[in-house]
Order: sequence, then C-alpha cells, then structure tokens
Amino acid sequence: MNTAPIVQLAGVSKSFAGVKALTDVDFVCQAGSTHAILGENGAGKSTLIKIISGVLKPDGGELRLNGRPAAFSGPAEAADAGIVCMFQELSLIPDLTVADNISILRPPRRLGLIDHRAQIRRAEELLAQVRCEDVDPRAMIRDLSLSRRQMVEIAKALGRNPKVLILDEATSALTRRDVETVYDLLGTLRADGVCSLFISHRMNEVEALCDTLSVFRNGTHIETFAKGARSDTEIVRMMIGRDVTAKFPPKPAPRTREPMVLVENLSWENRLNGVSLTLGKGEILGVGGLDGQGQKELLLALFGVLKGVRGDVRVSGQPGLPASPHAAKTAKTRIALVPEDRKTEGLMLSLSIADNLLAAAFDKVATGSVINGARRDALVADGMARLQIKAGSPDDAVSTLSGGNQQKVVIAKWLMINPDVILLNDPTRGIDVGTKQEIFRMMRALADEGKSILFYSSDYAELIGCSDRVIVLYAGRVVRELTGEAITEEAIVAASLNIEGAAA
Amino acid sequence: MIAKLRLRPADRPIAIALGFTLLILLIGTAYTLSTTGTMPLLQPAYLMQQLQIGSFLGICAAGMMLVILIGHIDLSIPWTLTAAAMVATAVGGAWAIPAGLAVGLCVGLVNGFGVSVLRIPSMIFTLGLDTVLRGLMVAQTGGFAPQDQATPAMLALAKSRLLGVPVALFVWIGVSLLVTFLLVRTTFGRSLYAIGTRERAAWLSGIRTRAAITGAFVGSGLCAALAGVLLAGYSAKAYQGMGNTYLLPAIAAVVLGGTHILGGRGRYAGTFVGVVLIVLLNSVLSIMQMPEAFRQIIYGTVIIGMLLIYGRGSKVTV
Amino acid sequence: MRHWISQNKGFTAAIILFLVLYLFYNLLHPRGFSAAVLVQNSNELAAIGFVAMAQTVPVLVGGLDLSVGAVMTLASCVASVLLNGTPLEIAFGMIVTLLVGAGFGMMNGLIIVYGRIQPIIATLATGAIAIGLALLIRPSPGGDVDGDLSWGLTNSVADFAETYGFADGGTAAWLSPISNIPVPLILLFGVACLVWLPFKRTVTGRTIYAIGSAEGAAFASGLPIDRARIAAFTLAGFFAACGGLYLAIQTSTGNADMVQAGTYTLNSIAAVVLGGTSLLGGTGGVIASIFGAMILRVVSFYFRILDIDPLLQPLIEGLVLLAAVSAVAFRTLQVKNRLELFR
Repeated sequence: MNTAPIVQLAGVSKSFAGVKALTDVDFVCQAGSTHAILGENGAGKSTLIKIISGVLKPDGGELRLNGRPAAFSGPAEAADAGIVCMFQELSLIPDLTVADNISILRPPRRLGLIDHRAQIRRAEELLAQVRCEDVDPRAMIRDLSLSRRQMVEIAKALGRNPKVLILDEATSALTRRDVETVYDLLGTLRADGVCSLFISHRMNEVEALCDTLSVFRNGTHIETFAKGARSDTEIVRMMIGRDVTAKFPPKPAPRTREPMVLVENLSWENRLNGVSLTLGKGEILGVGGLDGQGQKELLLALFGVLKGVRGDVRVSGQPGLPASPHAAKTAKTRIALVPEDRKTEGLMLSLSIADNLLAAAFDKVATGSVINGARRDALVADGMARLQIKAGSPDDAVSTLSGGNQQKVVIAKWLMINPDVILLNDPTRGIDVGTKQEIFRMMRALADEGKSILFYSSDYAELIGCSDRVIVLYAGRVVRELTGEAITEEAIVAASLNIEGAAA
Repeated sequence: MIAKLRLRPADRPIAIALGFTLLILLIGTAYTLSTTGTMPLLQPAYLMQQLQIGSFLGICAAGMMLVILIGHIDLSIPWTLTAAAMVATAVGGAWAIPAGLAVGLCVGLVNGFGVSVLRIPSMIFTLGLDTVLRGLMVAQTGGFAPQDQATPAMLALAKSRLLGVPVALFVWIGVSLLVTFLLVRTTFGRSLYAIGTRERAAWLSGIRTRAAITGAFVGSGLCAALAGVLLAGYSAKAYQGMGNTYLLPAIAAVVLGGTHILGGRGRYAGTFVGVVLIVLLNSVLSIMQMPEAFRQIIYGTVIIGMLLIYGRGSKVTV
Repeated sequence: MRHWISQNKGFTAAIILFLVLYLFYNLLHPRGFSAAVLVQNSNELAAIGFVAMAQTVPVLVGGLDLSVGAVMTLASCVASVLLNGTPLEIAFGMIVTLLVGAGFGMMNGLIIVYGRIQPIIATLATGAIAIGLALLIRPSPGGDVDGDLSWGLTNSVADFAETYGFADGGTAAWLSPISNIPVPLILLFGVACLVWLPFKRTVTGRTIYAIGSAEGAAFASGLPIDRARIAAFTLAGFFAACGGLYLAIQTSTGNADMVQAGTYTLNSIAAVVLGGTSLLGGTGGVIASIFGAMILRVVSFYFRILDIDPLLQPLIEGLVLLAAVSAVAFRTLQVKNRLELFR
C-alpha cells in the first residue's frame, strides 16, 4: 500500500489543566480497514477521537488527512472532510425530529430555507439502509428508546458520506438484531474503502469486526497490530500494563440462604409484569436479559423511585417498598443503589470528592444536623482508603477523577451507610479492566460480610463470573433462574431470547 | 508560604470584589478631596451610616443566596418584604416582629411547595406569588401607605445604636454568621450545594431534596421579612413598593460575590463583600450627584466588567 | 396534524385556553363583539406581544433576557424623538429604532458568548444600561410622533387606508374582507411570520432549538452554537424594539420608566410560559408566546366588563398566573418514574 494513510497523527499531545491526556502520539489508520482502539478508561482514547473529529485541538503535533496537514476549527469542518463521529454520549437533539437530526448540519434546502419534505424523504432512505423502517422520521428523538436512538445516530452518520467513521461505544445499547445490522453495514463500508475506527470494551465485538487493533495506555500509543497477532491475555496485559491472573474472584459453593428480599408479582406500568424473586443474605443475584426487559425498573422500584408499583415485597420480613430513596437508605434494612449513569445520577461532578462521599451519610458525621469536622475527615479518609480511590486531595472536584475512580466514589458513598442490600445497575459500564476487577473483588467481599447484592449487568461474562444465581428477565418477568454450574452463556442467551428448553 | 497565599478558585471573585470595593472608596475619596477638600467616605461614622442602610440589602441578599445556591431564584422578595412590613406595623405591639416574620415563613413555605413539589420553575412561581402578595396588600390597604406606625422594638432594631454601632448592622452580622454556619457546618447547607450541583444525584443519594429546597425558600422569605420589619422601623412606617429596589441589587450582590447563578458554587463571604460593594458604589455615586441615567449605566457596566474579570483565566469545562 | 398537536401540547393548550377566554369575554361584553373592541384589544396586546416574542428566543436557548423591557423602553424613547417629519424621515427613524434594538440585543449576545457570563445576570446588567441610555434620551416623558402614523397604525385596516389615502380611502371592494382587522394584529403576526418562521427554517434557527434541548449534542453535531446564541439575543433585541416602536406610535410619547420596563420583562416571562415554551429551552416558539400574551391580556379585559373592584385586580392577576402555571403540575404529580422529574 503506497498511498498515504487516510488519517495520520504525528507527535500529537494534549493536556487538560496540566494533566497529560495524550503524550506524543503517532497513529495511522488506513482506508478500507476496521480499526479497533483499545485501552482502559483514561488511556486517551476519547481524547484521540475528539482530536480526529475536530472537537478538540491538539496542543502539539499534527493531524494529516491523506497526507495533507489538517487543522479543524470544529466538528463541522471535520464532518465536511468526511470524518464522522458517533459519540458515546449521543449527539442527537431530543427536542427535534428524527428527520431534523439526520440532516442536522447540511439540510436539503429550497429557496435558502430548510426543505422539510426533502428532509423526511432523505431520513426514510437512510433509516431503510439501517433496517429501521419502523422509526417515523417525524417523531421526536425524545420519544424513542435508547436503542432506536442509537440506530438513528448511525443513520445520521451514514448520511454524511463518511470516509472515516468513528464509533465510540456505538453498540452498547443495541439489540442483537441491530448489532447484526451494524456489522453488515461496517462490512459494506469497508468494501467501499471507508475507514472505521471502533472503540468498544467488548472483546468479542472487536474480534468479530476489526482487522487492525491499536492499544493505548496512559495517553501513549503502545502498539498497533493485525487481528490475531496477539492473544487476548497479551492484549489485556498491554492495556493494563500488568498481568491479569484471575478475572473473577472465586465463588463459594451454592447453599440455601436466609431470604433478605422477597419479591412477589411485582408490576409497574407495562415495564414490570409480575417479577418474583428471592435475594438471600450474603448472596450475589445476577439479573440478565436483553436490554430494556425491565431490569432497570426492577432496581428503581426496590429503591423507592417508582410510583404506582404493585405486588408484595418483603425486606427482611418487613412488608412494603420504600417510599423514596431517603426512606430506602434510612430503613431498618438499608438499601443502596449504584445508578445507571454515574455522571448525572451518581455524582455531583463539580463538588469535591469529600462532599460526594458524604452525600448519603451526612447523619454519620453530624450531631443533630451540625457536622463534626473531625468525624467527617476521618470518614472521608476511611472511604477513600477502603476503595483505593486515587486522588490528590479529598477537596478536589470529583470531575477531575478518571471514570473508574469516579465509579469507586459512587460505591464508596453507599458503603458509608453500611447498607444491607446493594442494588447495582451496570456498575462496570465504560470502566477499565483494572477497576472492574477491583469492583468484582469488592462485591464478593461484601457478600461474604453478609450483604445482599442485586447485580444487573449488560455483560453476560460478568454475570457468569460474579453471581451465585442469575435470573433472566424477558418482557418484564423472570423467565429463568440459573444456579451454580448451570450459569452458562448459552443458558443466559437462550433465556434472554425466551427460547424454551434450549438451555438443557 | 506561597501555597498559603494562593487563592482557591472559589475565593478569587471575593478577592477581586474586595479590591474593587477599595478602589471605589479611593475614587470617591479622590473626588471629594478635589471638590470639597474633605473625605467623608473614610470617616467611620459615615461608613457606619452607609452600612446601616446597606444592612437591609445585605439581609435580603443572604436569603437570596440560599435560593441561588440550589439553582433557583426568588423573585417574591420585594412584596414579601413589603407585606412583612405592613403586617408588622398593622399588628403592632409585642407581636409585630413575630407577625412580620411569620409572613416570610408562609411565603417561603408556599414557594418551596410550588418549586419542590409542583416543580414549577422558581422564576415563574415566585413571580406569581409576588403578584399575589402585591394584590393582597393593595386590596388590604387600598393602594395607599398604611397609617400604622412601626413599634418601638422595630425602631430600636433599625435605628438605635449600641456601642456607637447601628443595631441594624449587628442584625445583619448576626444573619451573616447564621447563614455561614448553616452553609458550612450543617447537613442542610451541604445538601443545598449538592442539590444545586445536580438535584437528581442528590435525590438518589437519599438527600431529602424537597425539604432542603423548601428550607432554602423559607430562609429567603424570612430574610426578606426581617429586612422588611427593619426597613419599616427605619422609615417609621410601611409603604407601597418599599421592597422594589431590593430585588435586583440582591441578585447582583450574590453574583458579584462569586456565587454561580446556576447554583452549586459560592461562599457567603462573597455575598457579604458583594453587598458592601454595591452599597459603597451607590453612596459614591450619590456624593458625586450622578444623574440617574449615568447611575444606571455605571451600575450595569460594573456588573458586566466584574464578571468579565472573574471569567478570565478560569477554564471552562464542558 | 396529529403529530403537530402531540409535539406542541403546550401551544395547543394555550390556543384553546385563549379561544375559550376570549369567547366568554365577548359573550359577557355588554355591547357584544365589535370591530372597535377588537381594535382596542389588539392595541393593548401589541407591545406585550412583541416583548413576549422577544423573550421567547433567549428562552429557547435555555437562557432568559431580563433586558427586553428595558430595550423596549430604550427603543420607544428613540422612536419618540425620530418619528416625525417627511415620510422618508419617519421611515429612517423606524429603521434606526429597530437597529438600536437589534444592536443592543447583539451586544447582549456577544457579552454572553464571548464574555461567558450567564444570560440572566448579563441581561440584568445591560438592562440597567438600556434604561440609563433611555433616560439620557428622554429625561422626562414626552415626544413628537407623526399623528397620521399614530392614527393609522393603531386602528383597523380601513382606517389605515383612509389615513394614507389608498384603496379608495379604505372603501375599495377588495379591501372589505380584511378592512376590519386591526393593524396592530397584522403587525404582530406579520413580523412573526416574516421574520421568525423563515429564520426557524435556517440552520442557525434550528441550532437555537438544539442548544436549548441538548447543548453538548449540538456542539458534537458541528452546529454553529456561538452564532445561534448571538442571533437569539439579537432577535430578542429586534422584537423588543418592535414593541418599543409600537408603544411610541401608540402613545405618541417616549417614557424612560424603569418600573414599566420591569413589569414588561416579568410579564414577558409569564407570557412565554403560558404559551407553552419550556423555561429549560428547546421546545416552544414565538407564535405560541403571542398567544401567551393574549391570555395575559384577556384576563385583564375581564376586569373592565365584570366591574371588578380595581383594588382586587392585581390579586386576581396573580392568582390566575399561579393557577395557569400550576396546571402544568398535574403532569408532574402523575409522573410514575420520579427520576423524570429531575432534568
């Protein structure tokens, strides 16, 4: 291949408030390849793609397109140059229609004004390409489900005729069928000479899709190699810079446990249709199933977030659901929830680490409502030590921490109240391998202390590795319960698709 | 040593506001020296008198800060103040001051209910309540200044002096200490910061956000009512529209003191400095006999200018 | 149509509320519906209608413009000086007035975008500056506005034609279908349709909605955020100046009244909310706010015909406003997933 690479970075550096995010990075990707970028959170992947897509400007070094230096003033210029990015946080506008969003930047015009009809036609064509004919171009984005939105995002990217397509965790919320569609699309694009940059934490996706892999660590480019040139263990070692031995802590033998939470026939709106489960003391109960089958609602209901929930619930013998999160955390049996989105639900980003850690446990450091300074400092220091949160000072804003450390703050916040029941909503989403393992170890340690954990994860491997038992939800009810050796990927997948008996 | 001198980002606006306050004093003094050869601005008695007048604004701003910290705003201050003054003078006797404060309490509770339970934007709910209060007072008094007089206790709080210092100033300082304590040392204060930063996360952390929001509005209502009671004492009676000139300066003082208008960030010391700045700016402009037109222009320019200076050098995080 | 209603619930509710209120107003009116009443009503609506339009655009980007009342006042003072002399001079005066408003709005936008100051506080300050400038132009109320202009623009189309002597002095047959429509109403909706609707169909206009809806996503999509924000405040200044221009023509005077400016600003926020535009930004529109202003005005019309004690009027106005915004709360109380309450 003697043509110039489609995207090339030479000696690119970028820092935020004095912290290096990228250090002297050289990076090349070729037209017609599907290129995976791997690395822990904070490895510089996001910064890299933001520089390529014109969102950020590099402090030093150069970005070249087809061999020519390029300096983008913003994402619009990059898009005009054929670089299209699908961000992890979606770039769709909730209060505009699907058609508006798909042609947001360069809409078809008539007499200088946006032509709504042409826009709708264009949207219909593009949606058909991603097999989403069921999406109405006139619907508002905010009325669509997360997985539909992600497909609209893909249609929008396609509509920009990309030469370089960047997918940042673009498949995290998709259904199996949509993932297949995306795989096919990427194949077609590759044939057309489009370069796809693919960021994912799911190794199986990377395996299935990509031909080239690049590993980043701590803001530096470690290595680029062809698929199959390195084993998984080698890749993981490159990513975290140390050996990984056991990914999951060992499980205790299955045994009968004293029930902590008993749920009978739980229903809410049309999302929960009669969920029944038992969560034992000291047990990790995994919740599986395809995305959007009521798992999140189940956790929210148990934490007192939802109104109008029907069904019988007993928490250590006491009937009834908590009326609010405050009631949940102060009841005799304390319940904690690590929420889905740590940036908007788990943390107050611009507040200090200390304030975040104490947000749920003010009463532990206060007499009446007056805060005791010494007790506060001791508790904060204790919380940071217990989860090994790496930070300069507890007074730093929590936004200065890496994603993994932020999630540790969320968990540490809840451990402060010494909860009896811990609800985890996908706690490892978008977190690096090292921190994931710390979280798994901690979950097991907590269970051994007698805490009960309800653990929802979108990653089946985590459910298999961590859970004592797994329940699989489908259409708002439990379709299968798996214990011990029976917890296998095949069994979970089969139950997720509600295929009878396939797991036997 | 150097590390000690370095300002925390939250303190930068306070230091700048303080510096600007001194600058205003210098300019004012230079002006009086050049025109009359005197320097009244630097005489403790004059300053004390200005701060006495400023204490009404200061108390309003203290309450407003609680509300701005949670990312809301209280536009009902003008008529809460007036209503409290009118009720206090109308009730009279020993119950005058408690009755005035009770008005503030009720307004705060209603505002808190509308904002935290009904979840109506505070901008519009407090505006509506302000109109209702105005309506109530107009209907009650017929649109004229009521004939009732302030009680001796109100007069004493607003006008008398203790050890040569106006009592109103002590009241303001008392309110300031209380608010500082609330914000720094109590779970209520920390909850306000949490709610102002991200209410959703605060609620999911089990913070009782409704109670805290209502508490902030009650604080604001009580402060406005206290200012009304004092102001009625200072003018010896209550009158229509007596609170109208306090709303915008109170917001300006809070913001000039470095509190973020969207909530979550700010220290009370800044609000205090912001009030002093506005009061002194007003008195210097009075001394210069500046016509109203230029006063307004200078007033606006100072706010914009100061905020531009605060913004410089601070990284904007997306 | 079904889509439009489900996506503009607030606007639809505002139109229905207004129609019901106005229907009953005319039923209760001692002399019933007449063109004269309509003209009078429209005149009272025009200024607040324009200011409500002005407020809407910054609200759509998730901001607030506390200077709209002051800019309207400034414009009316400018107009009260310039609107006389030859037709050419008058036209020049109108253009200058509108430019002053748009320029002031643009200054707001520049301060907000490049000075990175929150709109609410920046416009609070520039509002004071606008009042100061108005006071410089008109230290005391007064003015000299062309009488024909004042008469022609504040009455029906027929009167307008008669004043300026076209369409056979307003009696031409082709004019008769519209001859009883009040000119202020035409001006209000005309400006909305000729300025706002086309603007909404540009990328900049769409960006205004995008910013209020999800600013991060708008930026990542490459939309011109800074330009849209400046445009939003410039438009606010322009619409406010339209209001000021009309007020000067209507009253033949300019009056740098600070209290009146504040009242207009606060009423404009109320009108925007009543029109169904979210104060958080992203949804709603300028025409909806005209209906919001209409609702506000109709309520005050009732006082006249129902013979309500004038002393009770402020109270009733306040209660109606509170009741109207509290109606939205019914939806809040029905929310089943309480996380949706927090945005």
